[in-house]
Amino acid sequence: MNDPLSSPLPPPVPPPLLTVEGLQAWYGRAHILDGVALSVGRGEVVALMGRNGAGKTTTLKAVMGLAQRRAAVLRFDGRDLAALPAHRIARLGIGYVPEDRRIFADLTVEENLEVGRQPPRPGAPAWTPDKLYELFPNLKEMRGRRGTRMSGGEQQMLTLARTLMGNPSLLLLDEPSEGLAPLIVRQMAEAVRRLKAEGLSVLLSEQSLSFAAAVADRACVIETGRLRWTGAMADLLADRQVRTAYLAV
Amino acid sequence: MSFLLVQALSGLATAATLFLVSSGLTIVFGVTRIVNFAHGSFYMVGAYAGWSLIERFGGTAAGFWGSVAAAAIAVGCLGAAMEIGLLRRLYRSPELFQLLGTFGVVLVVQDLAAWGWGSEDLLGRRAPGLKGSIDILGQSFPLYDLVLIGLGPLVLALLWALFNRTRWGTLVRAATQDREMASALGVDPARLFTGVLFLGGALAGLGGALQVPREAVTLQMDMAIVVEAFVVVVVGGMGSLTGAFLASLLIGQLQAFGILVFPQITLVLVFLFMAVVLVLRPHGLLGRAEEAPPTAPAAVTVPLAAGRNAGWWALALLAAMAALPLAVGDYALILLTETVILALFAASLHLLIGLGGLVSFGHAAWFGLGAYGAALLVRHLGAPMPLALAGAPLLAGAGALVAGWFCVRRSGLYFAMLTLAFAQIAWSVAFQWYAVTGGDNGILGVWPSPWAAGKAAYYWLTLALCGGALWLLRRAAFAPFGYALRAGRDSGLRAESVGIDVRRFQWMAFVLAGAAAGLAGGLYAFAKGSVFPTLLAVPLSVDALVMVLMGGIQTVAGPLAGAAAFHLLESEVMSLTDWWRLALGLVIVALVLLFPRGIVGFVAGLRGRA
Amino acid sequence: MSELVVRDLHRSFGGVQAVGGVSFTLRSGDLLALIGPNGAGKSTCFNLLNGQLRPDSGSVRLDGTELVGLPPRRIWALGVGRTFQITATFASMTVVENVQMVLLSRARRLFGLWRPAAAQFREPALTLLGQVGMAAQADRPCGVLAYGDLKRVELAMALASEPAVLLMDEPTAGMAPAERLTLMALTAGLVRERNLAVLFTEHDMDVVFGHATRVLVLDRGRLIAEGSPDEIRADPRVQSVYLGGEA
Repeated sequence: MNDPLSSPLPPPVPPPLLTVEGLQAWYGRAHILDGVALSVGRGEVVALMGRNGAGKTTTLKAVMGLAQRRAAVLRFDGRDLAALPAHRIARLGIGYVPEDRRIFADLTVEENLEVGRQPPRPGAPAWTPDKLYELFPNLKEMRGRRGTRMSGGEQQMLTLARTLMGNPSLLLLDEPSEGLAPLIVRQMAEAVRRLKAEGLSVLLSEQSLSFAAAVADRACVIETGRLRWTGAMADLLADRQVRTAYLAV
Repeated sequence: MSFLLVQALSGLATAATLFLVSSGLTIVFGVTRIVNFAHGSFYMVGAYAGWSLIERFGGTAAGFWGSVAAAAIAVGCLGAAMEIGLLRRLYRSPELFQLLGTFGVVLVVQDLAAWGWGSEDLLGRRAPGLKGSIDILGQSFPLYDLVLIGLGPLVLALLWALFNRTRWGTLVRAATQDREMASALGVDPARLFTGVLFLGGALAGLGGALQVPREAVTLQMDMAIVVEAFVVVVVGGMGSLTGAFLASLLIGQLQAFGILVFPQITLVLVFLFMAVVLVLRPHGLLGRAEEAPPTAPAAVTVPLAAGRNAGWWALALLAAMAALPLAVGDYALILLTETVILALFAASLHLLIGLGGLVSFGHAAWFGLGAYGAALLVRHLGAPMPLALAGAPLLAGAGALVAGWFCVRRSGLYFAMLTLAFAQIAWSVAFQWYAVTGGDNGILGVWPSPWAAGKAAYYWLTLALCGGALWLLRRAAFAPFGYALRAGRDSGLRAESVGIDVRRFQWMAFVLAGAAAGLAGGLYAFAKGSVFPTLLAVPLSVDALVMVLMGGIQTVAGPLAGAAAFHLLESEVMSLTDWWRLALGLVIVALVLLFPRGIVGFVAGLRGRA
Repeated sequence: MSELVVRDLHRSFGGVQAVGGVSFTLRSGDLLALIGPNGAGKSTCFNLLNGQLRPDSGSVRLDGTELVGLPPRRIWALGVGRTFQITATFASMTVVENVQMVLLSRARRLFGLWRPAAAQFREPALTLLGQVGMAAQADRPCGVLAYGDLKRVELAMALASEPAVLLMDEPTAGMAPAERLTLMALTAGLVRERNLAVLFTEHDMDVVFGHATRVLVLDRGRLIAEGSPDEIRADPRVQSVYLGGEA
């Protein structure tokens, strides 16, 4: 990984892939987000950190168009997302992996992947079921199995693979390590690193500092619907004060 | 033995048609979560369109089957148009609006069909090459029905392949389970749903067109088939294709053999079967528990409060109305009497909907039961009017006590379907039990006692009884009982956790509402001098819903205003035009489209914008 | 003096174990916090205690009476009150009417068809609202209240049934930090005053360590630690659960 401090001149900064400013969101009458701002650069992995109920999930849903929202700026790859419904946002190349997985339990693994399939898109890695089975070997063995008969870890892998079938250039990953056994968490982290290497950008929400530290370049910390801190992952690890204020026990 | 075999085969042929229609209904429900009343209209239009095409081109086998296919496709397009024009705007509405909106389409289609094809029954020509019968163990059986029997499993297989072997089908199944997740994966739900409505419409249209050689095409076939299809879908499990197939087979056989054993009550058998299945298997034979609860009535956030000086206003209104016979003629008095009766009928339904959040689609059952109760007491026991009027609410209340026990076990759409089923049971008893009820000839000569025979006297009697009942309903609404009912609607979970037995309150409300509607029905019988099965039928239940809706669900006085407005509209529009169904249907569709979140939601929306 | 004894609760959903062998005892005067990461099984545990879910095995006894198998309203009648994570009040009623409903239910007067409900138990309801600082808003519709105020109404409703045991699922979720501490201070005061036994789930550690008398830590359906706030704060297993599954 490049250490930005070691290069003599800052490289020319390309515009970020995703820019969010002044994001507000609601569930019914409950005002959940109150001015979240963040950006994700091309090929960058950004961790959205915060406690339970801080607004991480809502932030991702709001970007995806799945929550009632308003934003000063909500841009992806030069396009304004504010007025678009979820399926149009997905077709622009944003893939969403929900925290509660939401696999189609009546469909087989192969059919779940088929639902996610979209035509290949320039500037984003193109995925096929075979390529995904290589990334998640477990899935290959259960191609014909229905979602009801899968463990939590297998479901999480399937959710990610299903979203990748849409050949996204940006992945929104909601709490990928939640409720998974340590071994599966390691596999998940490995998968995220692979995706980054393939050129994908990732915005992931996470409570686990160690998981975020293993995969993210930058971190944004939110609390009660507002952005509280942003910076390099390494700086967050070093900043005990921020960690105790917003994250840890 | 051979007789039983032929009977079973004819049951299979019935099942095939039933399956074609109900498969469309269940597919549409599975994906859109809307119970489409107009599905029966698709079937009827399919039959009419099929009849016209077959008359013209049906001389050859190719022409006949081509005509059937063309009718199915045309009806499919009608379904797609309905999705784009109406259903799309109702996905987030309370189920009351969905049911009413699609029922509005039923009325519109009925009048358009009458306009296009006339009201005479039409007999179609028979399928070329399949006109004869074959001999089965000495009994003859129509060849065409054998083809139908084969068609059922064939369509099931084709649908199975469509949903399991094509990308479109996979997407539909995914959207059925989780619409939001599918859209987050780039699937456009709107286009998918239009396609599903095309498929549903085409299946119903196919079922209709295939009926042409078997039976007359009539303007009544829409309601008859849609109610049966509801039963099939509910018994099979809403959204389950295989369940619909299984239920079609069972109900086809039940009808085929029921007619041998209980020729008087075949229809009752079918609905009883449904009630029993729902109690034993609440989600139907192959249905599953809802992952997401059925769409809830729009959240109510406005407290129900008595208007200031409401008591004085009510007294003033009562006094003014009591004085009216001094000023108006007999015709106006008849209208007024009916309006007051309908106001009580609407208010009794409002108790269920407005306070309990229970959308009953069969409230006419209790009105009709009251009317028939009074009429039967007069006709068979020679009871005097006061006794008959006392019997009306008792009989209706007793009926509601039994039906309510089943109905309040389920909420939302299932509750609506169950109430509809019980209303259909009551209707079919009145319609089929000729010896006692006179069938569709009704019961005539139900006249008031001599002291109440004058138009003004009967009006005063009606005003006194209905006024008293309305007052009691109002007291109950503001008493702890009404509050407990609302508590169960606002948050069932919270209500249970503070000791409120929600189901028991709903059951009580059901009985109370039934008895009040029964009193209204009894008064109506004497006002008209006769009763007919239409007093128990679906259209009257829908009329009551429209009255409640017009008046506004969240006001206590609403049903009264709604009944007055509706009755005025009905009697005026009916006198002006032959196409009153069309007009009423358009009014209903306009109501649900203009106020998709309810009138209160509409007003709140206006306030929010201001 | 009341005692809620929970022994070896198990519950699975479709083969996945959500709660696996939870045991603890809750006594009058306890303000017991149940904490754990998302998905640890806190909500399931709660719903097993109040009868909304039925455990696969295990027992919950209140002063010797078995609660497993009873419907929520019976458990309530025996003296187990609750508040909800997502506030559930009767939105079509005013604040005071919400509390009156509970008092009417307690007095078994709900089947009344005649006397207006609004006139019954109004004074005691207002007194309870005064205790949670909501008396001034008594006649506002519940549907328009701010989130924090709804939580107070819920507390008043729970107290109206004079419970011996109070289960509070995320009592401060969605509230601003200052508001959270106020509400918990209020709850702690009531626990002492009325000698209640309270079990609450919470994700705000300031609330937990500021007010709980004891803390239970749940991870993947099992209790991994139990102790005083200080013991829990120092427990390395708890640290590892919160800081990452890999530690």
